[in-house]
Amino acid sequence: MTETLVRDSLENGLVHLEAKDINVWFSSKHVIENISLQFPENSVTALIGPSGCGKSTFIRTLNRMHELIPGAQLSGEVLFNGNNIYGPAVDPISVRLGIGMVFQKPNPFPTMTIRENVLSGLKLSGRRARDEDSIVESCLTRSSLWTEVRDRLDSSAGALSGGQQQRLCIARSLALNPEVLLMDEPCSALDPSSTRRIEATIRELSESMTIVIVTHNMQQAQRVSDQTAFFLAEENQPGFVVEFGPTDSLFSAPNDPRTEDYVNGRFG
Amino acid sequence: MTITSDPVATPQVIPIQRTRGDRIFRGVLIAGGLVAFLVLAGIFGYLAKSATPVLQAFGYHFFTDSSWYSGDGLLPSEGSVDPPTFGMLPMIWGSVLIASISVGIALPLGVGIALAIVYLLPKRSVFGFTLFIDLVAAIPSIVFGLWGFFVLMPHGVLWARWLNENLAAIPIFRVEFPAYDQSPFMAGLVLAIMITPIVAVVSRQIFSQVPPDLINAAQALGGSRWTVIRDVVIPFSKSGIIGGAMLGLGRALGETIAVFFVLQMFFDEVNWYRILESSGGSVASLIISKFGEASPLEISALFAAGLALFVVTLLANAGAVALVNSSKGKK
Repeated sequence: MTETLVRDSLENGLVHLEAKDINVWFSSKHVIENISLQFPENSVTALIGPSGCGKSTFIRTLNRMHELIPGAQLSGEVLFNGNNIYGPAVDPISVRLGIGMVFQKPNPFPTMTIRENVLSGLKLSGRRARDEDSIVESCLTRSSLWTEVRDRLDSSAGALSGGQQQRLCIARSLALNPEVLLMDEPCSALDPSSTRRIEATIRELSESMTIVIVTHNMQQAQRVSDQTAFFLAEENQPGFVVEFGPTDSLFSAPNDPRTEDYVNGRFG
Repeated sequence: MTITSDPVATPQVIPIQRTRGDRIFRGVLIAGGLVAFLVLAGIFGYLAKSATPVLQAFGYHFFTDSSWYSGDGLLPSEGSVDPPTFGMLPMIWGSVLIASISVGIALPLGVGIALAIVYLLPKRSVFGFTLFIDLVAAIPSIVFGLWGFFVLMPHGVLWARWLNENLAAIPIFRVEFPAYDQSPFMAGLVLAIMITPIVAVVSRQIFSQVPPDLINAAQALGGSRWTVIRDVVIPFSKSGIIGGAMLGLGRALGETIAVFFVLQMFFDEVNWYRILESSGGSVASLIISKFGEASPLEISALFAAGLALFVVTLLANAGAVALVNSSKGKK
């Protein structure tokens, strides 16, 4: 039944990113079991579910950040534009350049200025940019931070508010021109008005890029996403996807009783 | 309900009621701080007092001249027939030169070891490695001196010759007499091995405090192991690394016995930069080499030398604090 819903959502566009039978282990502990999700081009996908069910772990498998944790293991495939990012000849760094990531806690580089933060990805990946000023302006504009910081680009990023720092982190990812942006609970450390601004930014970005967002906030999932995957894990069992489909129908007419309980706030 | 309020509010000091334990603790801390300060001031005062005879006799020439002649230990005004001359510029400069060479070698080496321990080596081997580094830091300096003289120097001479023959285009590698042993380079090398563990231990602590968040972010932005270290880890750790280097510099400036074994001291001329030449200076080694047979006036000169070393060390530390503050200001 889940599959038909997924098909519906896919009719809108090409599959940009696809996870196939992803299983994850930390050392010998099996934490994610057989997750297969499709992310169409320019869609926003929300990953919801209670804490500890593997959402953040899963999203880190989508751009090969997972393997940086000691003891991390994985089976399955992630197809990015049809190519398996876990293929033997694939450089993980090139994967991360095409699939950017924004973290739960705003983490701008404290030793760099605002401007240097936006350009940090270019420096870290050893790329040269022709027109740095226009990259800084366009990335900060797209993350809706430009008007607030245009006069102090050379001051420290540490002086910004939490919400501004998170938008700076989004701008920093955009500077690498990724096709996909992964966001791991980007608003969980922010106040409501900062959250609204980030959500507006997400909607604007989704016109030109594919976004996957982990969120604990079900209203947020409904506000920003086109499709939603509901994750669940029984105690000491690996996490799995209960239901995956268009956001509207998953929230209004869930197929699985567990989804219904969760989206109506009966547990989690 | 009536609200009575003073129409004009005046700022008031908030009274602090300290408990008895609080007061005792405060007293202990203040006393401790004062003792440290008093000890430092006492040492400085004693050095200055003991140095007074020679400083009165020679004035600033004591610090700017190049000569160390014991003579008959009397001043001309005391009827000297063989007047001594004391000018310690070659020693002061020699100390600075040797310490700079040693920090120049130990800083990249120690930081490299720390980076390897924190970011490259498998976690299993870290304990052994750290233990080894800590043990090296605990070796007495006389052992380093003997080892430097008997073991390192025969090899070091070959390295020095290689540097001289291949890199003589760089002025610091030129020599007048190609003996190569007991040079500032050799002393710097021995000191570098002594202080590398200090730099490594401090840097390791600093690197392990870099927030994993930042490293994660840098990796997600396409950073390689090298660029993450260069652009995120090192800038974040800069002030701590400088602190470690300063601890090492302090030890190098004050080191006496290890330098004494591997350095040919030359009093009559300053060796400004020829680090491979068998001619150098070290204030601390000067003191130990002259102390045994010194006349009262020369003893006073050695105290003045100690005073000069004290001031140089203070200046180096002040410079380090300024450096740390300026790098913090950039944040």
